[in-house]
Formats: sequence, structure tokens, C-alpha cells
Amino acid sequence: MLPKLFFFYFAAMITGLSVLVVTRKNPVHSVLWMLLLFFNIAGLYLFLNAEMIAIIQVIVYAGAILVLFLFVVLLLDLKKEIAGEQYTDIWSIAVSLVAGLFLLVIITFQAFEIADSEPVMLSDLGQPDAIGRMLYTEYLFPFEITSVILLVAIIGAIVLAKRKLKE
Amino acid sequence: MIPVTWYMMLSAAIFCIGIFGFIARRNVIIMFISIELMLNAVNINLVAMSHYLQDMRGQILVFFIIAVAAAEAAIGLAIIISLFRNRATVHVDEIKEMEG
Repeated sequence: MLPKLFFFYFAAMITGLSVLVVTRKNPVHSVLWMLLLFFNIAGLYLFLNAEMIAIIQVIVYAGAILVLFLFVVLLLDLKKEIAGEQYTDIWSIAVSLVAGLFLLVIITFQAFEIADSEPVMLSDLGQPDAIGRMLYTEYLFPFEITSVILLVAIIGAIVLAKRKLKE
Repeated sequence: MIPVTWYMMLSAAIFCIGIFGFIARRNVIIMFISIELMLNAVNINLVAMSHYLQDMRGQILVFFIIAVAAAEAAIGLAIIISLFRNRATVHVDEIKEMEG
């Protein structure tokens, strides 16, 4: 009973906060609701015994990416944009498309055969040391590729955001 | 005991909300936030599956997705800044340079 209660709390919070994030007029409010959303998702990860991913979610998403978003939103002067119309003229098509997609997914899930029993917990699943061991042995090459991706992103961001120098 | 289908439905719901935000909003920053929302939906699905299959590879994949999301956010926000500098708008329907 208690796990279901926890799940429903997280599901309701996450869905409600997602709706708030995409419908707020002011991007600053959107970003702040998203901060709460990310903490709730981290809670759901803890609930699923994924401690390492929960920590990364809080540090990288809530700590780095969201602060970057907030920084850019506050940097741009959006008074005129906030006053105007918020939705494109195809928003009704978007609603029906998304509702249709969601129904399709729900119907597809009915075809799944899923075991009813709670899985036997491996003792170290989701622990930082187990994930680290796997990252540095089996997934060493993808891990190194990730560092190259981040380097490219740093250089790209600087080149794109740099003001053109006057000749 | 929570069926894994519930987690998948939650993930599908968030993904759909993300798609709606991406199509229906005019503000390019909100469109970007919607992309992050969709990535989070995928992450929830992967972590839930990792728990139910007792396989750590799902969590490794989430690790890589978060790294790529960070890179994508940095590049995307740089594009938004240079766009706002050149056009003084963040509304996507007012940006028409690339129409044929």
C-alpha cells in the first residue's frame, strides 16, 4: 500500500508540474517549476533504487542545466514576448496529435506480458561504485566519447554566443 | 508492488506533454525546456526498466543521456542568445529567414 501511495504522489506531482512547465506565460516561472519537477524525478529514481542517477539528476540537471536556462532567460529582455500570444495557431492540432499518441501508447501497453513479482534486488544495483566499475570497464569507449562531445559543446557554445568583432 | 506498466504510462504522459509544448508554444526557450522534458521521460522509462530487469545497463544509458542533454542545452542556449541578438525576438513564427 505504502509504495503505491509514494508512486501516486510522485506521478501526480511529475505530471502536474510538467503541465505547469509547458503552459506558464513567463519563462522564469517555467524554469522554476522545472526545478521542482527535477527534484521530484530524483525522488522517483531513489524510489527505484537508482541512487547514483538520483544524485546526478540533482547535480547536473537541477544544478547545472537549469541554472544555465535561468541565466539565459534572465539575460534576455522578454517583456514584449510575455505580453503577446503564447501559442502557435496549430495548438489545437498539437492537442489532438498528442492525445492520439498517448492513447496509442496506452493501448500498446495492454499487449505487454509483465511479471507480477517484485524483482530480487541485487545488492549493488544502482550504487555509485558498481556503476563506476561498469563505466570504466565495459563502457570505457562510450565514456571517452562523452568527453569529446562535451568538449565540442564547449567550443560550439563559445563560437555561437561570441559577439562578432568589429574590423 | 507497482507494475512496470505504470512507470511506462507516466513516462509516456510526460513525453506527450513535452511534444505538446514543443509544437504549440511560440517561445523558443519553452520549446527547449520541452525537449529536456522529453529526455527526462525517456530517463524515467530506462531507470524503471533497469530496476525491473535488474540490469545496470539502463542506468549507464541514462548517464550518457544526461551528458548529451547538458551539451545540447549549452549549444541550444548559445543559439538562442545569438538569435535574440540578431532578431530581438524569441517567437519562432517570426523567424522566417530559412523559408524557401
